[in-house]
Amino acid sequence: MTEEERKRRKREGLQLLEKISMPEQEPEVRARNFKEVPHGYTAEMAVEEAWRCIQCKNSPCVQGCPVEIDIPAFIRAIQEENFQESVDVIKRTNALPAVCGRVCPQEEQCEKLCVRGKKGMPVAIGRLERFAADWEAEQGEAKVPETAPPNGHKVAVIGCGPGGMTCAGDLALLGYEVHVYEAFHASGGVLRYGIPEFRLPKDIVDRETHYLEQLGVHFHYNMVIGNVWTLEEMREEEGFEAFYIGTGAGLPWFMKIEGENLNGVYSANEFLTRANLMRAYDPDNYDTPTWVGENTAVVGGGNVAMDSARTALRLGAENVYIVYRRSWEQMPARDEEMEHAREEGVDFRLLQNPIAILGDEKGWVKGVKCIKMELGEPDASGRRRPVPIEGSEFVLDIDCFIVAIGNGPNPLLPDATPELKVNKWGNITADEIGRTSIPGVFAGGDIVTGAATVIEAMGAGKIAARGIHDYLDGDMSETDWPAFE
Amino acid sequence: MFEIVSTEELGPRIKRFEIKAPLVARKIKPGQFIMLRIDDNGERIPLTMVDHDAEAGTVTIIFEEVGKTTIQLGKLKTGDELLDFIGPLGAYHDMTGGEHGRVIGVGGGIGNAPLLPKVSEFHEQGLEVTGIIGARSKEILILEDEIKAACDTLHICTDDGSHGHHGFVSDVLKQLLDESTDYDFVLAIGPPIMMKVCRDLVKPYGVPCYVSLNTIMVDGTGMCGSCRVSVGDEVKFACVDGPEMRGEEIDFEEMMARQRRYVDEEQCALERYLKEVGE
Ligand SMILES: Cc1cc2nc3c(=O)[nH]c(=O)nc-3n(C[C@H](O)[C@H](O)[C@H](O)COP(=O)(O)OP(=O)(O)OC[C@H]3O[C@@H](n4cnc5c(N)ncnc54)[C@H](O)[C@@H]3O)c2cc1C
Ligand SMILES: Cc1cc2nc3c(=O)[nH]c(=O)nc-3n(C[C@H](O)[C@H](O)[C@H](O)COP(=O)(O)OP(=O)(O)OC[C@H]3O[C@@H](n4cnc5c(N)ncnc54)[C@H](O)[C@@H]3O)c2cc1C
Ligand code: SF4
Ligand code: FES
Repeated sequence: MTEEERKRRKREGLQLLEKISMPEQEPEVRARNFKEVPHGYTAEMAVEEAWRCIQCKNSPCVQGCPVEIDIPAFIRAIQEENFQESVDVIKRTNALPAVCGRVCPQEEQCEKLCVRGKKGMPVAIGRLERFAADWEAEQGEAKVPETAPPNGHKVAVIGCGPGGMTCAGDLALLGYEVHVYEAFHASGGVLRYGIPEFRLPKDIVDRETHYLEQLGVHFHYNMVIGNVWTLEEMREEEGFEAFYIGTGAGLPWFMKIEGENLNGVYSANEFLTRANLMRAYDPDNYDTPTWVGENTAVVGGGNVAMDSARTALRLGAENVYIVYRRSWEQMPARDEEMEHAREEGVDFRLLQNPIAILGDEKGWVKGVKCIKMELGEPDASGRRRPVPIEGSEFVLDIDCFIVAIGNGPNPLLPDATPELKVNKWGNITADEIGRTSIPGVFAGGDIVTGAATVIEAMGAGKIAARGIHDYLDGDMSETDWPAFE
Repeated sequence: MFEIVSTEELGPRIKRFEIKAPLVARKIKPGQFIMLRIDDNGERIPLTMVDHDAEAGTVTIIFEEVGKTTIQLGKLKTGDELLDFIGPLGAYHDMTGGEHGRVIGVGGGIGNAPLLPKVSEFHEQGLEVTGIIGARSKEILILEDEIKAACDTLHICTDDGSHGHHGFVSDVLKQLLDESTDYDFVLAIGPPIMMKVCRDLVKPYGVPCYVSLNTIMVDGTGMCGSCRVSVGDEVKFACVDGPEMRGEEIDFEEMMARQRRYVDEEQCALERYLKEVGE
């Protein structure tokens, strides 16, 4: 690229106040198929968008990134059409860019702090990250970096979600013998069973798993740790010296309202696991059944609710409602998911809350009784608290109801490990580098923090990998291990 | 992959398989179950452990061919392999007896399979075990000899009178309780309606009653809630809180309705499969 061309592109980039839009399937079409919604940038679009970045010296965007990707550097590489370099920069701190580019809440992180967002839209950092990762995938097998020579230490990673996968990859690079144990028959955690194909194609999860296999990570599926082995047995019989627990937040919460066990009522976990992991969306080829009514209501306002609603549409529901007790602005879901859901025809019933599910004589859902809400004083979280409006009850006719109000930690492993301290909600207690109450045992991700994000789980996995390295091959000694009250 | 090391037909559409699964075999206890998936297109189905051999690394299951997956399973032969075999799942309840040292085990239909390891365990613990087992008719009554070996007294019932008492297991249970209520507990395993009848019958005698729930499951690890049941004011997950649990407060009507959630879809899967294999 000539200097002159650079100048021209820079000028043009500055004038563009909006993000280059990403091509996607038309809402009417995509609302009935499971293919990925956005197609991603072409190289031309990516370069054009990259030139919107002004390469700030203090790069505020980086502070918003939980794993501190060198954002200006990777965008700079795209400006110069050095796509491989761009991927290399990202991968220095983020092992799963194809995933993060698609599912991170960028508007709350890097893009929130982007200087360009002060006037106009921020740089589309997420879309560029996704572009770089997809570009690499198109080139064929990903480059497998050389790992350090085997150091003779054996580490077990329990739970194959994004946190566990990140931790495993980092440790393999450092020369550890790493074994990942997963309760399900496939890798990925929520990336596999929760987030649907149309948002995160499972090829990507397969690709990342394959990459880790090439790094030498051993995967063991169908292993419910706690039941099949206790940590102590793994230590004594299998010779594991350290552990990373990343078992996630897999316990579905219900609303504890009347009628919740009627037929046609699902937890989002059940509904999404049937559809995604067990592929119930393809009944001609897969046996696991699922069922969605003509009129489906989903309660909740997060990503899980959006995913459930959009999956219900794709499974053939005529009308899909999202019932949420606060307002649009307060919904915790990613902006893009809310927009996509709205475009696809999901009917948002805001400031309403279900109070009872009504059934017919055969035990199937026939309606949901809701009450209207208004916003009152701010609560502890600073959000205005929704309060019911007396006498405003009404019935919404539905035949399927999906509860997507959140998940708690699965108690299975903690229950089998009495020395492992948990807090009053059942989350494993861990310090800032992931150390738990048992020496040599680290934990991170949703099982520690409660349901959070993919990138935060990855960040925790990364920090714990460093901690494990320090513990087994560095300065940290058993006596440094913190005491937990 | 998990190899099938032996197969045996116990009755019409009822089979016993021994599966090589050393890690499961080492740990699994009476009352716990496994989930299996035959191939990548298959469903995960729960089956109770009937026997296990830690040394040989095998787990024995017994199943009745009732739908797509169990029919497909029944066609497999010694040497074939299963894609997934997950366990142990479920809670182990140590039901060691109490002051009376006497217990009753009731089994109905395919429920006699999960009953066997339980009564065997009671027997080994030195309890006096009275067994009541039943089936529709003689040729589908399974495990009579094995259960007999673990019981001090065994009563047999068939609905059609082709063997033993002509009538239901609950008739015999009532007779026994009328004679004496000096039992530590009754354990009833079988179709939900049988368990409900037994539970209702036992209640007024003040003897604790355990049952084993066969709700529809997806993961079997407590992450989906498909298997939930109402127990008094609480909601429990049969896969982790059970499958065995105290029966007194279980809402069986709700559980039975929930078991019928997918009848149409199950029928479709079965028809599609039968067409595929040309039957
Ligand atoms: C439907 C849905 C949509 C979401 N959308 C987004 C999004 O758009 N963006 C975003 O950033 N975040 C999103 N999240 C949240 C995000 O997926 C999680 O925060 C993240 O996956 C947590 O990662 P983790 O590594 O802690 O565990 P998980 O991904 O939960 O994985 C834990 C794994 O451990 C396994 N496991 C559990 N117990 C055991 C055991 N005893 N033995 C062996 N294995 C065990 C589980 O089977 C699972 O595979 C979403 C979550 C859901 C449910
Ligand atoms: C903890 C537990 C232990 C079990 N142990 C045994 C056992 O030892 N031997 C045995 O023969 N059966 C057992 N079952 C029942 C067995 O899992 C079902 O018969 C099997 O899943 C049917 O699958 P299918 O595809 O062949 O039939 P489908 O066509 O799916 O169903 C046929 C009928 O079986 C019932 N059913 C379907 N899915 C399930 C399910 N996931 N759980 C329970 N019932 C279901 C329904 O009433 C349905 O109408 C157990 C179930 C549970 C939950
Ligand atoms: S804040 Fe925005 S413009 Fe500045 S370096 Fe980061 S992405 Fe580029
Ligand atoms: S089967 Fe999913 S929670 Fe029990």
